[in-house]
Amino acid sequence: MRRILIIGATSAIAEATAREFAARGDALCLVGRDAGRLAAIAQDLGVRGAVRTATATLDVTDFAAHAGVIDLAERELGGLDTLLVAHGTLTDQAEAEASVDTLRREFDINAISVMALLTPVANRFAKQGFGSIAVISSVAGDRGRMSNYVYGSAKAAVSAFLSGLRQRLQKSGVNVLTIKPGFVDTPMTKDFPKGALWAKPEDVAKGIVKAIDKGRSVVYLPWFWSLIMLVIRNVPEFVFKRVKL
Amino acid sequence: MSGTSWGRYPRPAQQHLLMLRDRAAPLPPFSGSALPHGNGRSYGDSCLNDGGTLLCTRGLDRFIAFDPASGVLRCEAGVLLADILDLAVGQGWFLPVTPGTKYVTVGGAIANDVHGKNHHVAGCFSEHVNGFELLRSDGSRRWCSKTENADWFAATVAGLGLTGVITWAELRLQRVRGPWLGCETHRFDNLDEFFALSAASERDYEYTVAWIDCAARGAALGRGHFIRANHAAASDGPRPGRRRLGVPLTPPLSLINGLSLRAFNTLYFHRQRGRVSHALSHYEPYFYPLDAIADWNRIYGPRGFLQYQCVLPPAQAQAGLEELLRRIAASGSGSFLAVLKVFGTRPSAGILSFPRPGATLALDFPNNGQATFALLDALDEVVAGAGGAVYPAKDARLAGERFRQYFPAWNTLEPYLDPRFSSGFWRRVTE
Ligand SMILES: Cc1cc2nc3c(=O)[nH]c(=O)nc-3n(C[C@H](O)[C@H](O)[C@H](O)COP(=O)(O)OP(=O)(O)OC[C@H]3O[C@@H](n4cnc5c(N)ncnc54)[C@H](O)[C@@H]3O)c2cc1C
Ligand SMILES: NC(=O)c1ccc[n+]([C@@H]2O[C@H](COP(=O)([O-])OP(=O)(O)OC[C@H]3O[C@@H](n4cnc5c(N)ncnc54)[C@H](OP(=O)(O)O)[C@@H]3O)[C@@H](O)[C@H]2O)c1
Repeated sequence: MRRILIIGATSAIAEATAREFAARGDALCLVGRDAGRLAAIAQDLGVRGAVRTATATLDVTDFAAHAGVIDLAERELGGLDTLLVAHGTLTDQAEAEASVDTLRREFDINAISVMALLTPVANRFAKQGFGSIAVISSVAGDRGRMSNYVYGSAKAAVSAFLSGLRQRLQKSGVNVLTIKPGFVDTPMTKDFPKGALWAKPEDVAKGIVKAIDKGRSVVYLPWFWSLIMLVIRNVPEFVFKRVKL
Repeated sequence: MSGTSWGRYPRPAQQHLLMLRDRAAPLPPFSGSALPHGNGRSYGDSCLNDGGTLLCTRGLDRFIAFDPASGVLRCEAGVLLADILDLAVGQGWFLPVTPGTKYVTVGGAIANDVHGKNHHVAGCFSEHVNGFELLRSDGSRRWCSKTENADWFAATVAGLGLTGVITWAELRLQRVRGPWLGCETHRFDNLDEFFALSAASERDYEYTVAWIDCAARGAALGRGHFIRANHAAASDGPRPGRRRLGVPLTPPLSLINGLSLRAFNTLYFHRQRGRVSHALSHYEPYFYPLDAIADWNRIYGPRGFLQYQCVLPPAQAQAGLEELLRRIAASGSGSFLAVLKVFGTRPSAGILSFPRPGATLALDFPNNGQATFALLDALDEVVAGAGGAVYPAKDARLAGERFRQYFPAWNTLEPYLDPRFSSGFWRRVTE
C-alpha cells in the first residue's frame, strides 16, 4: 500500500491517477484549492477502494502554508512514501509578454511553488530512506517555443530541478520521476480544437502509475511524444528560430 | 466529447459544448437554449440541441457512496453503467435494469427511463431509483423521489432532459451470485411460437428477448431465436477477452445493403442446429454483444442510420407485428437483426415513459433518404392504428402529430419544462 500526497488533486490528470491508486487500495491525501470538489473526489476514491482519504486546501502560492499541509498529510496517512505534484496553469502567452506581474505569477505557480514543495518532501524522504516523487512537467519544457515559452520555461525549470534532485537522491533510495505529457484533453485545454495527437487523462494516468511503480526517471505520455520531442530538440537553432511553433 | 447521437443522423450544424465537472456548482452561463447530454447513446435528436448549448455531463462521474450490504449506490449523473458494473459485480451486485449497451450514463438512463430484457419482472430503470437531485437553470435544486417532489420525479423520469439537469442519483442494485448467466436459446418458426415461448418463460426467467429475422418472407415470416436467461451461481469460466474491436473510420458508403442483410439474417437463423441450446454466458456478451465493437455505428457510412422501436398493445401485438414485418421485408431494408420482446405490465413512472404492456420491436435502417423515411412513416401508420407508440430515445424523424398521439399526456409536462431548456427532438414534435 502506498501513502500518497497529491498536490493539485482536482486536476483532471491527477484525479484519474488517484482513481488508479484507489482501485488498488492505496491511501491518499488530496490537496487543492476547492474544498467542495476535494471532498467529492475523496468520497469517490473511497468507494473505489482507497483505504484512507484525507483532504486539505492550499493555494500553492501561499508558500508559508506548505509545511503545514505536508505535516497534515503525514499525520493523516500515518506516514508518506509517494508525492505527486500536478497543479499548474496554462499561461496566457500574450498576457505574460505584456505583463511582468503575470510572468512572475505564472512562474510562482508552475515552477517556484513546485520546487518549494519538493524541497521539504525530498529532505523527509531522504531521511526516511525511501519514497517516490513524481511531478507533472510537460513536453513544453523541452524547448521554448514562441507560442508558449513562458509556460515552457517554467516547466523547463521544473524538469532541470528534478534531474538534479534525482541525482542527489539516487543513493537515498528515493525515486524521482519527471512526467512529460503531450496534449491531454482536460479543462486546461478545453478551448483547443482536438485532433489525433490528443490523449485522455485516464490513459495518461495509467502511464503515470506504471512509471512510478517501475521507478522510472523520465516518462513521455503517451510514449510517442518522446520521438516527437527528440526531433524538436534536435532542430538546429538557426532553423528553429525561423519556424512558427 | 463529440456532441453527436448514436445514429449519426441528424448531424447538428452548430452546438456549443459546455463540460460540467462539479455537481455542487451552478450551471455555467449560456445563451439561447441548453440541453443535458450524457454519453450520446440515443440514436436521433433527443440528445441534441442544434443552434444551442449542450451541457455535457460525463465530467460528473464520481461515486458518492456504496453500501455493499444493501446494494444502495449514490453517484453523479455522468457515471456510466459500465463504471457501476466494474465497481459492483465483484462485490456481488448488478444493475437492476440495463439497456443493450453499458455505455450510457445514469442521467441518460433516467431521462429515457430505459428498459431491459427483464422488463416483465423489474419494470423500467426508474423503479430502482430512490431519488435524484434536479438542478434547474434558475439555480434551484430539488430532491425528487416517489415521495418527495413526486410530480417532479414523474416529469423528469423519461423527461428527455427537458426539466433540468440531474446532478446525482441514488440507485438500488440487485444481488447476483456472480458474473454468469444461464441462457437457453430456442429457435422459433413464426410469431405464434414466439408468443407461446414468451408467455411460458415469463414466470421462471428473469430475462427474455428474441432476435427476429426481418428479411424473411412468406412462410418464414416471424422466424427467429428466443433467448431466456437467469443469473447463475458463481462458477468459473473463461472471462471474455478485454480487447474491444473497433471501426476506426467511417467507410465512404454504408456496408449494410439488401444483400449483406439477407445473407446475414439467414446465416444467423441457421447458426444453431438444434431447436434448443443451453449455455453459460458472461454478462458482457450476453447483455452487450454490440459493445464488443467500438463505434459499430460507423459501418452505416456518413449518412448514418435510423433506429425504429415501437410497442404494440397486447391485443394488437401479433397482427400488428406481422404487418410491420411484411412491410419491412417488402422494402428490402431493415437491420441485421430485429429485437423483439414482450413488456410486462408494471406501470412506468414517467409521464413520457415508453414501456407499456405489449410487444416491442426494435431495428436499424441505413439512411437511404426518402425511401427510408417513407417506410418509417408506413410503419407509423401500423403502430398508430394499433394504439401503440414509438420510443423517443431512438427517434430522429417522427411527425409531431404522431408523437402527440403516442404520448397523449405529453402536454402535462409543460409546467415542469425548464424554460431555458430545449432539444432538437422537442422542437420537432411540439412546434
Ligand atoms: C447499442 C444500444 C442499445 C440500446 N439498448 C437499449 C435498450 O435495450 N433499452 C433502452 O431503453 N434503451 C436502449 N438504448 C438507448 C439508450 O439506453 C438511451 O438512449 C439512453 O438514454 C442513452 O443514455 P446516454 O447517457 O447516452 O444519454 P444521451 O443519449 O446523451 O441523452 C439521453 C437523454 O437524456 C438526457 N440526459 C442525459 N443526461 C442527463 C442528466 N444528467 N440530467 C437530465 N437529463 C439528462 C438528454 O437530454 C437526452 O434527452 C440503446 C442504445 C444503444 C446505442
Ligand atoms: N492538459 C495538457 O495538455 C497538459 C500537457 C502537459 C502537461 N500538463 C500539466 O499537467 C498538470 C495537470 O493539468 P491538467 O491538464 O490536469 O489540468 P487541470 O485539470 O486544469 O488541472 C490544473 C490544476 O492546477 C490547480 N491549480 C492551478 N493554480 C493553482 C494554485 N495557485 N494553487 C493550487 N492549485 C492550483 C487547479 O486547481 P483548481 O481546480 O482549484 O483550479 C487544477 O487542479 C499541470 O501541471 C499541467 O501543466 C497538462
